[in-house]
This record gives sequence, structure tokens and C-alpha cells, in this order.
Amino acid sequence: MKRIDALKRIYKLLDSKLIITNMGAVAAELYSLGHKKNFFYLEHSMGLASSVGLGIALSKPDINVIVLDGDGSVLMNLGTFSTIARYNPKNLTHIIFDNESLLSVGGFPTATSTGTNLKNIALSSGIKFAYETKDIDEFESLFKKNINIDNASVIVSKVEAKGPEKFTMDLGLIENKIEFKRHINSLKEN
Amino acid sequence: MAVSVKNSELIYKSLKKCGVKIVSALPETWLVHLIRFSEEDPDMQLVRLAKEEEGVGISAGAHFAGLKSAMLMQNHGFLASVNGIVSLAQLYRIPLLMIISYRGEMGETDPWQTEGGLRTESTLKALDIPYDIIDSSESVEKKINKAAVLSESSERPVALLITRDLMVE
Repeated sequence: MKRIDALKRIYKLLDSKLIITNMGAVAAELYSLGHKKNFFYLEHSMGLASSVGLGIALSKPDINVIVLDGDGSVLMNLGTFSTIARYNPKNLTHIIFDNESLLSVGGFPTATSTGTNLKNIALSSGIKFAYETKDIDEFESLFKKNINIDNASVIVSKVEAKGPEKFTMDLGLIENKIEFKRHINSLKEN
Repeated sequence: MAVSVKNSELIYKSLKKCGVKIVSALPETWLVHLIRFSEEDPDMQLVRLAKEEEGVGISAGAHFAGLKSAMLMQNHGFLASVNGIVSLAQLYRIPLLMIISYRGEMGETDPWQTEGGLRTESTLKALDIPYDIIDSSESVEKKINKAAVLSESSERPVALLITRDLMVE
């Protein structure tokens, strides 16, 4: 499965949700499908995309929050699973595109290439619903199912270590933040 | 040694007056009452962390969602959060109200706190983080209010170091 193809499968389902990505290939590929004001690309602070997602999910419990993350980032902040599990916000879905590689900096293998299993870590951290898939149809169905369950969930999507042709995005960091924040503030509470 | 309930209450009430709705925390001896007040308050969301740097993400999320937050941590937790502070809060202009217990300063009895104490203010200065020291109950409300106001208006991290004289009876 290629990450870009997996993103294409879920792209149209993201409109009513708040999307936080980590930096690098995930951000660039989501952006390449068409930027929307409900997308926030965390272009640094690796590992914290899920913490930002948790902060939003706890602040806006009626809005679905989707974190699109990578194995390299998650490995830098494994404690995030424990914190998410403790509060178990039903509106948070943490998707990890696991290419077993730090692709953006030259493809160095991460620990998921040598036996670390992020789905198992998530489950052992107390996340009740965690899955791993290599199949794009299964990924799509897991996504559709888990965004509507009454628990936080983790979906590890095993993808090829292939990235976008370019990582540049015509969007300033602060511009992205202001637009995203303004979008959230415009949403009506249920 | 007992941690001052009265001064912890004063700090907590001051945070509430500033409109803080989310508090992230990692337990530390001097912070126990503050964490307990946060947990017992139905109008406060306490987020217990595995590592303090996560709190930068929590505060960023709260800021995006329009809520005011505060971080409760020890100075070693601040030192452990530096990358998140720089490459999230400062890079993206996120207000952080950091309440930091100032271990390792004058009067410290624990040897393991002393190196962190020595480097706390110099690290805050190196990171261009405005900070103030609260060492008496009289200035708690005013200093917390002023720090909260500056962090919101500047959209940057601001730190308050709470000292032994304030926290320990």
C-alpha cells in the first residue's frame, strides 16, 4: 500500500473533521491532494502531533479529530499512547503510516523495521481499539468504522517507503495555524 | 516539610481567575495540591502526562480550540520540554503559561535537583522566555495574571518559577 493511495481513499471523508499531520511526507502528500482549512500540518516537534490532537479532542469533544502520523514521529513520543488511553476521547483517531523508515531525511530504517510493533504498544498502553493493516481496502473500512466508535483508536497502516516528489508547500506555518484556529472557532458547538 | 495548601490554593484560584480550563501536569512534590485541585474541579480538565513535552502539544490543541491552558511541571520537566517549546510553541506562536516548581535553588536538600536548579534561569534566558519568580503569597495573583496576559498577547511561552519559600512550610 502506498500512503498517497491510502490518503486518497479517506480524503473526501475528512471535511467535517479536524486533521493534524506530522511533518514530512504525510503533510506533503495530504497537501498535494488539496489543502483545506481544517488541515493543520505540524511541521516540526516530531512526536507531538498526537498530543496536539488530544488537546483539541479534549477541548472540542463533539468534533472528530484525526491525527495522521508516522512511525518515526510516534517512536519519539511513545508515552502519547498512555496519555491518550488514560482519557480515551471517543472523538480521536490516531492513524500512523508506518513505512519503517525516516523517509524524509534519507530513508534510515526505524525500529519498526527491526521488530517494534506500534499496534501492540498502543494496545499494551491501554488503547482499547488498535489495528494494523497492509491492505488498502481494510484500511478504508477500519477508518470508516473507527471514526464513529465511542473510544479513541489507533490504526497502523503499513505503507511502502515512498514519498512525494516534492516536500514544499505554499503555505506559511503561521498562516496555517491562524486559518486552522479560525476554522475551529467558526464551528458551532453541538 | 509540608507543601503549603494555602499557597497552592492561591495559585489555583489565580489560574481560575485567568480563565484557565485545561491543566497539564506531571506529579512533583510541590505540585501535589495543585494537581489535586485540578482533578477535583469539575470545570477543569486535568491531563496527566507521561512526559512534560506532551503538555506543549496539549496546550497548542487547547489554544487552537479557543481554550486557555496552563502547564504544571518541575524545572526538570521544563528542561525535558525544550524542543516542543521551541519547535511548536515558539515556531507556531502558541501561548504557554508554564508554572514551574523551582527545585535546586537556595535551600535545596536533594542533591539530584541541584544541577537542574543551576540551569533553569539561564535556559529560560537562552530561549528568550519571559519569566518571573514567585516567592511570596502576596504577589501570586498579580504575577500569574500578568504572565497569563503576556502569554496570550504575545502568543509565546511565559514562565513562572514557584519557589521553596512559597511552596514549603
